[in-house]
Amino acid sequence: MFLAATIALFIGMIMVLVRLFAGPSLYDRVLASNSFGTYTVLFIGVLGFLNGRPDFLDIALLYALINFAGTIAVLKYFRYRTVGDTSPQKKGVKNTPGKLRDRGVLG
Amino acid sequence: MNGFDLLIDLLSWALILAGSAFLLIGAIGTLRFPDFWSRLHAVSVTDSAGMILLVLGMILQAGLTLVTVKLVLIGVFLFVTGPTATHAVANAALVSGFLPEGLSRPALPKRKAVRKKSPAKKTKATTKTRTRTASKTRKGGTG
Repeated sequence: MFLAATIALFIGMIMVLVRLFAGPSLYDRVLASNSFGTYTVLFIGVLGFLNGRPDFLDIALLYALINFAGTIAVLKYFRYRTVGDTSPQKKGVKNTPGKLRDRGVLG
Repeated sequence: MNGFDLLIDLLSWALILAGSAFLLIGAIGTLRFPDFWSRLHAVSVTDSAGMILLVLGMILQAGLTLVTVKLVLIGVFLFVTGPTATHAVANAALVSGFLPEGLSRPALPKRKAVRKKSPAKKTKATTKTRTRTASKTRKGGTG
């Protein structure tokens, strides 16, 4: 039964990966990337049970943490063009979202 | 194997199979849905239903060990962060002006123009044109 779950997870990962590479817009890619991370966490856990030695769950937990932080960081970067301080104090820099369309990010 | 163990086993297999089915459904939806806004739904199915069912099945398989604690941690964390990340993606897409097809409504309400209080007249003018004419007449009167 863990084999069935592993196969389902593997097929799902491949499908989500296809969407990640084919996604027309940036947000499709970010969504697929986040979903792929969730699949990977579950895949690591199920693979440990399939081997009979579930010792990789720490790695799965760490992967879940990094996945969430990475998704938020990517979204913040494409919104504000920086990952650090985004307090609206600089007057010359414009972070208007309309520029995303000009750059062709929206697909 | 007594009856209780068999019951736990059956329950855990059922949960794992249901979780796998939900994960496959979510993946098919992520791949096949036509729009970004509809793909959000498929990803949410993966993040909530499939993940919870699979982790619950694994918890039932593990029994009361340290593995269960780790699985509970993973489950709680994914349960909190999955919908949060999906919401963040949707919010970022909406803020950037990425609208569903056929919907031409502006994503964000237009920022209200900052009205400056005129020092001469304290009463609020109801419309923009009236303020404009009022300021004009006041200018004409002073000049």
